[in-house]
Amino acid sequence: MTQQSLPTVVVIGNGMVGYKFCEKLLAKSTAFNLVVFGEEPRVAYDRVHLSEYFGGKTADDLLMAPQQWYHDNHITLHLGDPVQEIDRASQTVHSRRGLVQPYDYLVLATGSSAFVPDIPGVEKEGVMVYRTIEDLEEIKAYAATAKSGAVLGGGLLGLEAAKALLDLGVAETHVVEFAPRLMPRQIDTAGSAMLQHKLEALGLQIHLSKATSSIGGDGKIDSLHFGDGSILEVDMLVISAGIRPRDELAKLAGLEVGMRGGIVVNNDMQTSDPQIFAIGECALHSGMIYGLVAPGYDMAEVVVSQLTQGARAFTGYDMSSKLKLIGVDVASFGDPFIAEPHSRSIVFEDAHSGVYKRINISPDGKYLLGGVLIGDAEAYNMLLQTVNNKIVLPPHPEDLILGARGGEASEGAGVMNLPDEALICSCEAVTKGDICSAVNELGVTSVDGMKKCNKAGTGCSGCVPMVKDLINSTLKANGAYIKNVICEHFDYSRQELFDLFRINDIRTYDAALDHFGKGDGCEVCKPAVGSVLAGLWNELIVKQSTIQDTNDRYLANIQKGGSYSVVPRIAAGEITPEKLIVIGEVAQKYGLYTKITGGQRIDMFGAHLSDLPDIWEELINAGFESGHAYGKSLRTVKSCVGSTWCRFGLHDSVTFAIDIENRYKGIRSPHKLKSGVSGCVRECAEAQAKDFGIIATEKGWNLYVCGNGGAKPQHAQLLASDIDTETCIKYLDRFLMFYIKTADPLMRTATWLNKMDGGMSYLRNVIINDSLGICANLEAEMQLLINNYHCEWKEVVENPELRKQFSHFVNAPKEKDPNMKFELMRGQKAVVEW
Amino acid sequence: MELDVLVAVDWVAVCKTTDVPRDGGVCALVNGEQVAIFNFTRRGEWYATQNLCPHKQQMVLSRGMIGSTGDTCEPKVACPFHKRTFSLITGECLNGDECQIKTYPVKVEGGEVYVGVINT
Repeated sequence: MTQQSLPTVVVIGNGMVGYKFCEKLLAKSTAFNLVVFGEEPRVAYDRVHLSEYFGGKTADDLLMAPQQWYHDNHITLHLGDPVQEIDRASQTVHSRRGLVQPYDYLVLATGSSAFVPDIPGVEKEGVMVYRTIEDLEEIKAYAATAKSGAVLGGGLLGLEAAKALLDLGVAETHVVEFAPRLMPRQIDTAGSAMLQHKLEALGLQIHLSKATSSIGGDGKIDSLHFGDGSILEVDMLVISAGIRPRDELAKLAGLEVGMRGGIVVNNDMQTSDPQIFAIGECALHSGMIYGLVAPGYDMAEVVVSQLTQGARAFTGYDMSSKLKLIGVDVASFGDPFIAEPHSRSIVFEDAHSGVYKRINISPDGKYLLGGVLIGDAEAYNMLLQTVNNKIVLPPHPEDLILGARGGEASEGAGVMNLPDEALICSCEAVTKGDICSAVNELGVTSVDGMKKCNKAGTGCSGCVPMVKDLINSTLKANGAYIKNVICEHFDYSRQELFDLFRINDIRTYDAALDHFGKGDGCEVCKPAVGSVLAGLWNELIVKQSTIQDTNDRYLANIQKGGSYSVVPRIAAGEITPEKLIVIGEVAQKYGLYTKITGGQRIDMFGAHLSDLPDIWEELINAGFESGHAYGKSLRTVKSCVGSTWCRFGLHDSVTFAIDIENRYKGIRSPHKLKSGVSGCVRECAEAQAKDFGIIATEKGWNLYVCGNGGAKPQHAQLLASDIDTETCIKYLDRFLMFYIKTADPLMRTATWLNKMDGGMSYLRNVIINDSLGICANLEAEMQLLINNYHCEWKEVVENPELRKQFSHFVNAPKEKDPNMKFELMRGQKAVVEW
Repeated sequence: MELDVLVAVDWVAVCKTTDVPRDGGVCALVNGEQVAIFNFTRRGEWYATQNLCPHKQQMVLSRGMIGSTGDTCEPKVACPFHKRTFSLITGECLNGDECQIKTYPVKVEGGEVYVGVINT
């Protein structure tokens, strides 16, 4: 058949939905002659990510498909030539340039325009809308000279526009909203208050319950006047007060339109003329205009189905949405507002970190009905699936927003419990079943592969984490081995490298890269390999200083401004008055700020790189050694005062803490290690918050492992109870070595345990019952590390070649970095803020 | 392919090749400016960039780890503060940030390292 004899489908409008219709139709059938008319001068582009145009993306980056795509698919494209008339009797459309195009089917995808309220003064210069790339260019040009600007409308698009003004450098940006809250269609009052708080912290000024009565200025805007008599002076105004469906062409052709706009369609997306369809923001379905892209795509799918003898119908659409507004997560799903007596709400509010979560559950507690998330929307995908698939809630539905506390729930397991028909990517209508079968039958193993296969995640990209979880869980369920690799240069996990290096006697980074890697390495694999080599051989770290992070390279902690801090070892926090005086004298001589650390030692800040060897020379002469505060290694073993002095103490916790600190000092591990020893159950050394902690009991010691403070505090768990000192050290040797050999780079012991299959009972079996038969090896390997201990600073101080590396200027070793600036604070020096 | 020299540069001797650690960098004072010089031993190449990391205005790039990225093995340096990485060839920030660092020509002759500064 020739092009001419095929039935002709004419699409009016080349926006996102119009484009998607063409794409979907072509995927189903090539038995149509497709003709597209567009009003804008460019081909369809991604309006959802329009604000990224300010973030450096070009108009070309935003295109849905390049112009060539239309040509390759035999689509006749008329850009910048809007249709002006539809002649339904002769089934033709007439364009502005005078083209007369017959049609068999007509698809109206005319979209919407920005709604501009009828406020006196809207015609003034400096009043703009936020809709097209041309609008953005106008805003950009105007913002260059504007000192202050306002956005009228605190909805989703309005806040996007406000972000755009901030990005464009408008110093004072206001948001004016008529309703008493932001995003009134999506979030509740408490959520709005939290969002407002966060946005204000970012520099936006927000005015709620403000009715704008007129726009002031002589030809050019200079102020907004409100119903309450107040005035806001601004140089520019962006109106984002909603959308208005583009139905004028339909109206002219005598098609039925709604009272407040919109082309009336049935469930098949047919207008009152069965040959004419309407989709996207111009269509009015059951009294509703859908201003999101996903339902628009679904409507396009329905029309394609109609034209190809399918049976898909449009039955409304879930308006749940998640977005990142100026760096703040905002999500709303299901029915966010439903309240007593139709539902009960569980609300979590953390004003400190700006998180608000509300979920509405059915009165019988069985089902999730909807909710709002502000500040942290990580749970959005799973919550939305729980609503849409009517999944019965767990006995403690609060876990859905608070996370399981203390339980053994594993992340990611939830996705596999979803039914196959669960819609994962709503933009492209991809279900869980589609994703799993792409993995099982087509061998897809990555998100990129999935995007190519069924377009999942290519729309708003909100579902990408869930798609990834599904791919990995499906692969895992099939018994596939999911490779955990360090970076692009090494196709191995840290644990694999550990074994490979030991078996092949690899002792340098270059040898590692030559034998097991590719390329030239990077800032990820260099320190990771350095850590593995240190865990195997414990050779002097400065011998390969350039593969170390800066702290390990210069054996000191880099601080703001580029100075370093110095921490000598004060095992268990015990120090003589003589040594205290030396620290005081050294700090005074080199002008250092001093502070007691959280680990019972003293930190000296603000040292110049070139002073470090001299400072350490003095400290070492006074009997100090490196405290390894800079390394991924044992920091400190904190102790209480113990039975020597304390009337409650059961054993001598200080002596034990000193022994342990000296035993494991200098040993490199995947991440830092902290420890504590308490002399009784009162736990003054906070041992249960450490990677390994020991608490005295009547009969001996209790050994706790895998706790930490930090961003996600976790209590250590009991590994063994009432053990003697020797057994305690034996278990510690095994435990630490097992961790050093098997953890991923930069993984603390707590996370290591959390990710371990079998958890604490498995670990206990390995360490105490020797279930893997490796304990003798672990102990021997640990002994080798202990035997190889050197004070790294002593080695440097005594070696002139190594000392030379500690200067700021290679060609002026005596000179210090002139950019380093300090000021005075409470009688000591402080770094000038960056 | 021979590259045309578009601007004349003055070559300033800064240090001996042995002063710069293998696959690492040092900072040199060149006409009052801080320049980071990298001895990319693994590739047998030398690079020089500004020492200032534009992200937080810190004079530290010479203390960063070097490496390469991508199929083209683009040589790069990572700032020790927050691991922003920059191409050693173009100075472009490889993490998508809108900042760029200056790069300088380097040459090695008779065991001396020279940095090229534009002749004004």
